[in-house]
Amino acid sequence: MTDKFIGIDFPTWWFLVVGGLFSGYAILDGFDFGAGAWHLFFKKEQSRRLALNAVGPVWDGNEVWLVIGGGALFAGFPVLYATLFSAMYIPFILFLVFLIFRAVAIEFRGKEEMLWWRKMWDICYSVSSIMLAFLLGVVLGNVLQGLAIGDDYLYQGAGFFEFLNPYAIMVGVTTLSLFMMHGAIYLLIKTEGKLFDKLEGLLKKAMIFFMISFTITSLYTLLYIPHLSDDFKAEPLLFIFPLLTFLSIANVPRLASKKRYKWAFFFSALSIGFMLALVAIELYPTLLLSTVSEQYNIDIYNAAASTKSLKIMMIIVAIGAPLVASYTYFVYKTFSGKVVIDDASY
Amino acid sequence: METEILARIQFAFTIAFHYIYPPLSIGLGLLMVIFEGLYIQTKNQLYHTLCRFWTKIFALTFGIGVVTGIVMEFEFGTNWAVYSRYVGDVFGSALAAEGIFAFALESGFLGILLFGWNRVKPWVHFVSTVGVFLGSMFSAVWIVVANSWQQTPAGFHIVGEGMQARAEITDFWAMVFNPSSVDRLTHVWIGAFLSGAFLVLSVHAYYLVKGRYIEISQKAFKIALLVATVFSLSQLLTGHHSADGVAKNQPAKLAALEGHYPANEKADMYLFGWVDQKNETVSGLKIPGGLSFLIHQDFDKPVVGLNAFKKEDRPGQVNAVFQFYHLMVSIGMLLIGMTLLASFYWWRGKLFDQRWLLMLFVPSVILPQIANQVGWFAAEMGRQPWVVYGLLRTSQAFSQAVSANQILFSLILFFLVYALLLFLFLYLLNKKIKHGPYDESEEEDRPMTKDISDAITG
Ligand code: HDD
Ligand code: HEM
Ligand code: HEM
Repeated sequence: MTDKFIGIDFPTWWFLVVGGLFSGYAILDGFDFGAGAWHLFFKKEQSRRLALNAVGPVWDGNEVWLVIGGGALFAGFPVLYATLFSAMYIPFILFLVFLIFRAVAIEFRGKEEMLWWRKMWDICYSVSSIMLAFLLGVVLGNVLQGLAIGDDYLYQGAGFFEFLNPYAIMVGVTTLSLFMMHGAIYLLIKTEGKLFDKLEGLLKKAMIFFMISFTITSLYTLLYIPHLSDDFKAEPLLFIFPLLTFLSIANVPRLASKKRYKWAFFFSALSIGFMLALVAIELYPTLLLSTVSEQYNIDIYNAAASTKSLKIMMIIVAIGAPLVASYTYFVYKTFSGKVVIDDASY
Repeated sequence: METEILARIQFAFTIAFHYIYPPLSIGLGLLMVIFEGLYIQTKNQLYHTLCRFWTKIFALTFGIGVVTGIVMEFEFGTNWAVYSRYVGDVFGSALAAEGIFAFALESGFLGILLFGWNRVKPWVHFVSTVGVFLGSMFSAVWIVVANSWQQTPAGFHIVGEGMQARAEITDFWAMVFNPSSVDRLTHVWIGAFLSGAFLVLSVHAYYLVKGRYIEISQKAFKIALLVATVFSLSQLLTGHHSADGVAKNQPAKLAALEGHYPANEKADMYLFGWVDQKNETVSGLKIPGGLSFLIHQDFDKPVVGLNAFKKEDRPGQVNAVFQFYHLMVSIGMLLIGMTLLASFYWWRGKLFDQRWLLMLFVPSVILPQIANQVGWFAAEMGRQPWVVYGLLRTSQAFSQAVSANQILFSLILFFLVYALLLFLFLYLLNKKIKHGPYDESEEEDRPMTKDISDAITG
């Protein structure tokens, strides 16, 4: 593990890559889950169509971040991939099933005129969006607390519903509220008229919902999960990160009240990034804490692929990332501005 | 044991379901590129109509392919934890490359392909169509490379022991170009082209039989027929190459494909047959020494048979492997026969007078689908009892942390969800086909009519 690139070892580089991918995923699919979570609040068919088509051309591209993030985790930290996914079996399976329902709802809703058909898919779309945001938070909550990992990286818990503990639920609800705020801002950027007016009211509610759940979860974390603030206590300089996170979050209501929604969106995206960065700083170099014994912790070194493999993948990323960035930019530019329904819409 | 069986059933079920869609997406992608290329060249509105029609059907297959594919990726971690740890270092990089180069390309341009008709210039749209098609071709590359590495591992060494053992990469290109990847990749690609071409043939044959959309269907049928003829012939070639490779690298699998038991005798080739696994014999119609000839170009040379391997080192379901393999080859021959016959009538200028032939083509879409499925089943069941051939056994590869109950729960869940998906897919596909490429009551393609009705009800 002595091999380094610009003074940083390869597992750490890959930790940054995976962290970047998951942050990108949370920011992107976050707004479309959030938009979906609001769906049933819109009553008119026209509003629902507009809201759906605001995410229409981009949701699939957003989900690719999950595919790549998953692939990067598998490739870079196979041990973590294996242990985490088999330990969190039920939540991951549910996540997949809701992901299927959501995609199907988006695709199929507009394919028939019948009212019951569209209502059914509306419910399906909204409920799956809510559950997906919640489940992401639940898995994060479990990772933050640590899992019962024993010898040979084997997960020793077995209960069907063990993943659904109070702290995980708290993080799940917080994630949902965050995404709903994020999604409401996205829809504000993409819509106008009556729907826009309605969303302004909804955004206020979302911000209050988020502030409350975020505060409760943070307090709980500080009081009951002390290992999550060790690093910050040990290294006061790191306090700059919670501070930045706080400022970034505070900027969202400030800009929203000035109706500068593009900037508000920027800061809600930044807040998601900062929050995940906080998690990353706290965990590093551990990836998964064992609640059985510290010696069974999974960290970036014992979980990592070989240096050779990591090097190959850094090259792949270096070639691929600019390509992906450039055509993603092109696609977003093509579909920028307010939603217009045409004959190719959902 | 129970966990292992359930995990295998779940993997086979979910991947087999996934694999209904990717071949259609890849194959339709090729035809859409041809149609749109012709439109750009000739400016003939007819090709534009064709292109938009098939894009809508493509969107359907693509959507289901994506969501069922994400299931596959996660299933490696959830159900095959030991396997993931074992192979992660080697083909994690192939999977990562797939994500970045293939899936991102595909989905990035998909938005423009589906929603961009009125927003970008025609050539930009064409570039997007090509981008989506290339993306789907690439995603086949990496996933088939990964699977081929499991069949014929190369470019790695083993590090660690017991549960901690894993394969580490030593040579990236040797891993990518392992002995079977090129043969299998071309075989899989062509299988996908055939799926797409036969869907187009089926649908347009149906219109022709019904006397609808005559002009546009004749054009589309001819183009798809050309594609289908070329590729059903080349599929025989790549299939033969694959068999050659299997004979060299996975002799136990080859023996199972033909049900050849004797440790080292001349081997026959069966046109069809039945393997009696108890008595280790095969009955059926055979070409004596046929397999020996295919492999050694000599009817009497011996071929290694199943008895040369210990019982625990050879595939258990010999008859199933045999049947799947023979079904694939028979379908391959049937496809060659059908396309050559149709091409012959085309050459004589009498293709569209042969109503019976067109009627034969209507249900033909099912044939490449079956061949693709049974091809994979033969290849994967023939690889047993190994997950990684000769290195890691299937019985050691599943997740120790997951209970049989949990898998049963997810298996039932997937079964229900996929049944619903399949039903919706067929329902909408049928609806789109019935509706046709354009509104027949109008003279020309008038997509705006749909919008008006939407505006009224919406
Ligand atoms: C012959 C090619 C082929 C094969 C053997 C497989 N797939 Fe697949 N897969 C595709 C060809 C493909 C595709 C053509 O690229 C898809 C199908 C439809 C689509 O739109 O993309 C796709 C979609 C797809 C996706 C979603 C990607 C996205 O969001 O665009 C994932 C994660 C996987 N697949 C993963 C797998 C795994 C883990 C497989 C094997 C175990 C597998 N696929 C077999
Ligand atoms: C897409 C087409 C594919 C199909 C239809 C397919 C089919 C199957 C089938 C039928 C089995 C069960 C075999 C048995 O238990 O007897 C299986 C197992 C498996 N396949 Fe494939 N396969 C495909 C692609 C792949 C690819 C691309 C990979 C790897 C990258 C892969 C990896 C595996 C693994 C890990 C198992 C489970 C362990 C085992 O039973 O061998 N498969 N597959
Ligand atoms: C025409 C005669 C054919 C021959 C001689 C042939 C031969 C083979 C062989 C030997 C394999 C096993 C390769 C391995 O395990 O490494 C295979 C697999 C396969 N075949 Fe065929 N095949 C033929 C036709 C077809 C057709 C028409 C299709 C589909 C339209 C098809 C689709 C597949 C698929 C999807 C696989 C699994 C992937 C792979 O292992 O390459 N085959 N074929």
